[in-house]
Amino acid sequence: MAVAEQTTSEPKPDAAAEHGPEPGSLLDWLTTVDHKKLGLLYIFLSLFFLVVGGIEALLMRWQLMWPDYDFVTRDRFNALFTMHGTTMVFFVGMPILIGLGNYFVPLMIGARDMAFPRLNAFGLWATLFGGFLVYFSFATGGAPALGWFAYAPLTEKTFSRGPATDLWALGLIVSGAGTIAGGVNFIATILGMRAPGMTLFKVPFFVWTMLWTSFLILVAIPPLTAGLIMILLDRNLGAHFFDAQNGGSAIMWQHMFWFFGHPEVYILILPVFGMVSEIIPVFSRKVLFGYEFMAAATMGIAFVSLGVWAHHMFTVGMTRTQDLFFVASTLIISIPTGIKFFNWLATMYGGRLRFESPMLFCFGFLSMFLIGGLTGIMLAAAPFTFQLSDTYFVVAHFHWVLIGGTLFGTFAGIYYWYPKMTGRMLDERLAKWQFWLLYIGFMLTFGPMHISGMLGMARRIYTYEADRGWMFWNQLTTVGALIQAPSFAIFIWNVIVSWRKGKPAGDNPWDAWTLEWATASPPPSYNFEEVPVVHSRRPLWDLKHPDDPDWKYEHE
Amino acid sequence: MNELTAPAAPPAGQEPAPGAGETPSGPEAPPPITPEKTLQPAQWGMICFLASEAAFFCTLITAYLTFLGSAAADADPKPADALKLSLLVIASTLCLLSSSFTVHKAEGALRAGRQGGFCLWWGLTILLGVIFLTGTGVEWRELIVEKHLTISRNLFGTSYYTLVGFHALHVTGGVIAMSVVLGMGLRNEVTAKNHLGAEMVAWYWHFVDGVWVVVFTVVYLVGS
Ligand SMILES: [Cu+2]
Repeated sequence: MAVAEQTTSEPKPDAAAEHGPEPGSLLDWLTTVDHKKLGLLYIFLSLFFLVVGGIEALLMRWQLMWPDYDFVTRDRFNALFTMHGTTMVFFVGMPILIGLGNYFVPLMIGARDMAFPRLNAFGLWATLFGGFLVYFSFATGGAPALGWFAYAPLTEKTFSRGPATDLWALGLIVSGAGTIAGGVNFIATILGMRAPGMTLFKVPFFVWTMLWTSFLILVAIPPLTAGLIMILLDRNLGAHFFDAQNGGSAIMWQHMFWFFGHPEVYILILPVFGMVSEIIPVFSRKVLFGYEFMAAATMGIAFVSLGVWAHHMFTVGMTRTQDLFFVASTLIISIPTGIKFFNWLATMYGGRLRFESPMLFCFGFLSMFLIGGLTGIMLAAAPFTFQLSDTYFVVAHFHWVLIGGTLFGTFAGIYYWYPKMTGRMLDERLAKWQFWLLYIGFMLTFGPMHISGMLGMARRIYTYEADRGWMFWNQLTTVGALIQAPSFAIFIWNVIVSWRKGKPAGDNPWDAWTLEWATASPPPSYNFEEVPVVHSRRPLWDLKHPDDPDWKYEHE
Repeated sequence: MNELTAPAAPPAGQEPAPGAGETPSGPEAPPPITPEKTLQPAQWGMICFLASEAAFFCTLITAYLTFLGSAAADADPKPADALKLSLLVIASTLCLLSSSFTVHKAEGALRAGRQGGFCLWWGLTILLGVIFLTGTGVEWRELIVEKHLTISRNLFGTSYYTLVGFHALHVTGGVIAMSVVLGMGLRNEVTAKNHLGAEMVAWYWHFVDGVWVVVFTVVYLVGS
């Protein structure tokens, strides 16, 4: 019961802080190597880019409100969807998950910090400056207009003359280096710094998913980096990698990009699976159903997701054998995903459910991710994709996964952990407003896209003729986007106001069981006064129920 | 934390309590904890970093092999005309391979506390790395000046210079890192008690060596 010996009442003055910059000062935030501050900075960074990317989306939606409209020009529209996709994937999705991981992985495994604190700071600043590099392109006379997957030969000098494409590639190389640094750090921390007794099969599920996310980061980002370097060599030194006129291969870029691009989807969803697997048990008052199967399913997803990439390329004209292989591998991935889904349901089954904000967003996640997953199975069938590739049906599908899955799950995580990070609760009433505006707005935005897609509306067109019959569906979509917009404003307002004025949270407001709740809120800079000792997957349960601890029933 | 230390708190949820029927004769002690054997975080970190490097080089090698097939229809010079298993290539390859041996000897000396031996073997490794880089430089000069092969000349040049160039860049990085370690070793800042950093640089060096074995096989044995 060594956990019991820790007291977290009076944080001692930090020894390091006595010499460094004044705690809380601007210099302190700029030079910090503390995983909690860096985690918060990651989250702020991604919220900033979320607003930017959201405004880009709204501008596009307004342009598509009416047929033959000229609210934004064709070229600017191309820049908008390129920057929207790039921003949301690289500067919102990954940083917010890496930020939450940064904050909570060390706390959940009872460590003092990440394995390499300075590398951690490098990761943050590389991500931020990578984002700035990409956005600097606006100052050079126009953002890149390539689409976020930047198909060759559009990236060649012949087709994109300005420096925007170079800045785009450079920015993604820099932020990619930061992401790889994050991945290295997570794995070293999780494998090398767990509290005594916390074997690899006793780690909180979020930690387990961060481990496999990091594995995917290490395997998937370097090929993208190599491809981006090839783009820069083509453009600046006259190399011919993707230069089809001189024998280069445009299709090779597609393979490289999607070898990154598909695992990237799982980089964006596995940590969310982890958060949801933390929250649902706590708010159902039950242990996670089938931890071992969930863990194996995570591993399975990580490996299988490396072999499905060309399902993004069915219309490129691969051989039939290739088509069949990628159809099969893509369908196989629905098995571990399905296992997870049923385990979450089984965790809730018979539990004493509480419907506070984290659980509310988990419901959003479960219901929406299910639909996104089902359209994914539809699109995995190559003949189906032959019909609908590059239409709004595909846009609907991946937004349903990334917003319905990643975003709802991430909000669940933020509502769950905000009390730990700040010592104060987020406002529940604002949370409900945010949730329902987002939920309804989201369905109204992306539901009609399935139909406009099936009616033949191609993605990325900047306008359409009136007689196409697409106007009604586009207007529904735009109205939905306008309903979503205030939900984000409410969220940011809630974060700001509750920071100072929220209800005090205490150490463990949700009566949860993992180690991060064993220390103060917010945690002192040293995290734990004494190294906690762990005997089961729910150390705080054991502590509270010494007569009936979990370690009696858990076997390895 | 106070409420958590009080064992009398009733369970808040309805978790199954299979042990509820037992007599509450005081809490049972958990089984003792056996310390886990794991690598140091720095070692895990280096393995991860090298794994990401491996993924990077795999991509470059895939590109090289992809274009090797289409090089026939390409502008001259072809790989077979430009690349020879010359004495220069073999000698510099041997230098790099033997540097894996010298760095291993250096590590052994460091761990045994022979500071002088460490600096000597370590310095020799740097020298071998520099010789390899010089060899690459001489070969590139010949390719560019005499065979007119540049990165923009044809697909072979494009993929050859990228692959071999990135490897040479990694060797350069290794030489710089090793020089830093050597400087610290000479000032007795890298010692038997403090050898993890040097060991990690050595791991990196072995990796760069291993990559060259693959690059050499692909470029000089299979490709030409
Ligand atoms: Cu995919």
